[in-house]
Amino acid sequence: MRATTLEELLHERGLGGTRVAAAVNEVFVAASERSARKLVEGDRVEIVAPMQGG
Amino acid sequence: MRTLYGTELVTPLMLGTAQYPSPAILADAFRESGAEVATVSLRRESGGVRAGQPFWELIRELGVAVLPNTAGCFTVKEAVTTAQMAREIFETPWIKLEVIGHTDTLEPDVFGLVDAARILCEDGFEVFPYTTDSLAVAERLVEAGCKVLMPWGSPIGSGLGLLNEHGLRSLRAHFPDLALVVDAGIGLPSHAARAMELGYDAVLVNTAVARAGDPVAMARAFALATLAGRGAVTADPIEPRDMASPSTPLIGKAFLG
Repeated sequence: MRATTLEELLHERGLGGTRVAAAVNEVFVAASERSARKLVEGDRVEIVAPMQGG
Repeated sequence: MRTLYGTELVTPLMLGTAQYPSPAILADAFRESGAEVATVSLRRESGGVRAGQPFWELIRELGVAVLPNTAGCFTVKEAVTTAQMAREIFETPWIKLEVIGHTDTLEPDVFGLVDAARILCEDGFEVFPYTTDSLAVAERLVEAGCKVLMPWGSPIGSGLGLLNEHGLRSLRAHFPDLALVVDAGIGLPSHAARAMELGYDAVLVNTAVARAGDPVAMARAFALATLAGRGAVTADPIEPRDMASPSTPLIGKAFLG
């Protein structure tokens, strides 16, 4: 992982500009805070997208 | 007039969006039934696949209200974080709050449910809690700030219908001003009609429509059933009685004996 922020990580994974939401270490990080959210070794990043549901 | 956080439904049917044979059939089920609310969910996005984007486009084109769920969450923390992510993705304060308590029955963990509901209501969410028919739990959820409750009819996906009509009737009687929606376990349109006859405001159906041989026709049948049940309530039905009572007037009957 070369990305130093959550925003960079999303771009690195080809998800820039897509409709996704993210959490780091089980805490939600709003889209507006992604570029300020620095990532360190061991951070658990969860990225989710829309899915069918009941 | 009871509403879903200010939203009135012409057709009191909410449809889930999972398990349909194809996206086209899912879209037709909504169009043919007139269902105005779609439940949706979130999944892990694996890098570059973008699998969720076409689904989001499809739902947006349907023009229905979106009710995201927290399906698969077993803890308060998971459910709250999922709700926050759903609010951002789907751009709605609505959340169908599920905190699951047991993998076999998929019954709600009502303790965690109340805790999560309180956190989310305070954070500005409009919470639709998936709960049981327990009156005590319902009271806690209302205290937490919920203005809609979604008690189960029977276990999710079982199609068993309304297993505890007494409990559902009791909830209706205790909360005359609260919007109530039967969620889970509905298998047939008659179950949906019955829920509406009990004075419920809507029903949520997924498996019974999506897994039917003809999901589009079944969605339409469910819509008609919900409208029939609601019509019956407003038409003030008769009370059942033990003895027969002739419906044909006896006055003026010919003496043929």
